Amino acid sequence: MTDVPSNLPRPVGPGAPSAPQARSLLIADARTRRRNAAEKRFRLYGILAIAVAMLALVFLLFTILRDGSSAFVQTYAKIPMTIEASIVDPQGNRDPAQMAKVLTTSYGKILQDSLARYLDDNDIVVEGLGDKDIQGFFSAQGRADMRQAVLADPSLVGQVVEVPVLTTSRVDGMFKGRVSRESAAVDARTSVAQYDLAMALAERGDLQTRFNWDFVTGTDSSDTRPESAGLGVAIIGSFYMMLIVLVLALPIGVATSIYLEEFAPRNRLTDLIEVNISNLAAVPSIVFGILGLAAFINVMGLPRSAPIVGGLVLTLMTLPTIIISTRAALRAVPPSIRDAALGVGASRMQTVFHHVLPLAMPGILTGTIIGLAQALGETAPLMLIGMVAFVTTYPSAPPQGFFDPASALPVQVFNWTQRADPAFFERASGAIIVLLAFMLAMNLLAIYLRRRFERRW
Amino acid sequence: MNDMYLAERAVDTQARPIKFKCSDVQVWYGDKHAIKDVSVDLEDKTVTAFIGPSGCGKSTFLRCLNRMNDTIPVAKVTGRMLLDGDDIYDRRVDPVQLRARVGMVFQKPNPFPKSIYDNVAYGPKIHGLARNKAELDVVVEKALRGAALWDEVKDRLQETGTGLSGGQQQRLCIARAVATAPEVLLMDEPCSALDPIATAQVEELIDELRETFSVVIVTHSMQQAARVSQKTAFFHLGNLVEYGSTDDIFTRPQDPRTESYISGRIG
Repeated sequence: MTDVPSNLPRPVGPGAPSAPQARSLLIADARTRRRNAAEKRFRLYGILAIAVAMLALVFLLFTILRDGSSAFVQTYAKIPMTIEASIVDPQGNRDPAQMAKVLTTSYGKILQDSLARYLDDNDIVVEGLGDKDIQGFFSAQGRADMRQAVLADPSLVGQVVEVPVLTTSRVDGMFKGRVSRESAAVDARTSVAQYDLAMALAERGDLQTRFNWDFVTGTDSSDTRPESAGLGVAIIGSFYMMLIVLVLALPIGVATSIYLEEFAPRNRLTDLIEVNISNLAAVPSIVFGILGLAAFINVMGLPRSAPIVGGLVLTLMTLPTIIISTRAALRAVPPSIRDAALGVGASRMQTVFHHVLPLAMPGILTGTIIGLAQALGETAPLMLIGMVAFVTTYPSAPPQGFFDPASALPVQVFNWTQRADPAFFERASGAIIVLLAFMLAMNLLAIYLRRRFERRW
Repeated sequence: MNDMYLAERAVDTQARPIKFKCSDVQVWYGDKHAIKDVSVDLEDKTVTAFIGPSGCGKSTFLRCLNRMNDTIPVAKVTGRMLLDGDDIYDRRVDPVQLRARVGMVFQKPNPFPKSIYDNVAYGPKIHGLARNKAELDVVVEKALRGAALWDEVKDRLQETGTGLSGGQQQRLCIARAVATAPEVLLMDEPCSALDPIATAQVEELIDELRETFSVVIVTHSMQQAARVSQKTAFFHLGNLVEYGSTDDIFTRPQDPRTESYISGRIG
């Protein structure tokens, strides 16, 4: 504007420069100031948006870690246990076959008597302590563990052993601080006396927490023993489903994308297919669940709650994601590479497989892993095909295992949040941590693969 | 203005056998009639330059010569294009085989994001021109020497081809095209992305390539056409206006449109 010839009519109006030669570069004019202010504002909006997102993330992670991290440790009581021969081996001949006939319930008496004797021997007096409080101190799982230990090693019979025994979820809560004396008073499944007992034992160092491998590897358990509930079946189920999704969705998705992107003629049919693939990506996941229920279970007669059905449903759900990201990755490969390959006499297929696909690989892998992560966290369709069932036996090894009943991680989270006992709430948060850990691992893998295969040109 | 360039070049007027015989070629891109009734005979072991203003169809015609237009769904080609007497648009012709005999170099250097060696070796590999690694090494060296690139890259054959300078990349692309032992080499504005020094190197190379191949080059630069070609074809609005020896086109143009273009009045 400064070199406007002087014989031209000057622009008139409020914003028109009045005397161009009087302006200095050192002083920003009003227009520049407004522009800079707008830019500054826009940057501020961006920073604010990121701050809000980060805060939400931090809050989410904080609450989950706060509520869930305690699920990874479990409280055990370590007091001398007298394994009465009269209870565990009524015949007295140490015959494992005979001993196996003694049921788990009888072992409860060993734990109960041992604890009562321990209190007497050490002059621990707890006001209002009844048999029920002592009996309810140990988990039902503790009795079962004790029985297994004795059956595995009959020489323990008649001995006094000091092994850690799993306590109930209430005692666990008291020791970890989740259950207070006040809440114990109003809880039908514990009592103030039991709280005092737990505190007395804790003071003596008889209660201890240990890392809870059973939480990661164990099976789900009934409402009365949340302390022994584990994620093992859910992890195996989720793993099997991811395996099925990967094996089915990756080749089908990539083949579809390559055909549509590189070979298919552009006509109404391919347009229709394209539109429908995009639409499929937006279909609510529960619809896929209904489809799976109708098609795979009712028509094809596949078993309910089986990873094969879950895997097939999740494959249908993941396919559009993989196809869309793969096509985007293929389209991002510069056409000059295709020209170059065709120009030296490569066939269409050689062009795609030697040049285009390797360059699109990072994008394809990232899309696939994101799709898998999405499938890993999917709950709704799995509930419709029965994966919300209560499963306490591990599925066997594949391929038979694909047809065995199993659970899935997100469904297990949902399942546990539905249970009334607050101890399951802790478990649910812990399960979310495990789920997030898997997601994080998959995303790290995606980043690693992207870096590994990325080639510059 | 062109005499200066013509003087530098040894005049080569001897007639050569016809490599490409094109008659009544028409090309449509959908409704657009891009090439109108073009008939031209391209000679063997000759550099033929296609000149003309932007959008005149010279690149389109070039891409018809090795059926690169097949990749454009709306493109339709009619007429006859005979390579050594065989119609390249015959139904029995596999474009892949054709492209092995009619190589192409593009406007923008487009080496594969692989090593220099793999760039050159790719064509011979897919066409089975070498039986083992030793033979392949020989082919690669010959191609790189042919593209006047060997001395610059012989110590770093395993480095990536995209790391070379623009001019080197373009010569690598020429080496890649030469490696499949084509008979015709098509060049679509091969120097438009290069600086003057790289351009001079590539032009020198084109002149050497003429010993072995028929070269067809599309160029925007009339000086370049005058420097490197023996025959020149002037395209305008999809028509082949004039075709003849480069000397004649630049010194004694028959058509007023040609004269206007080479003297800079249209274009």
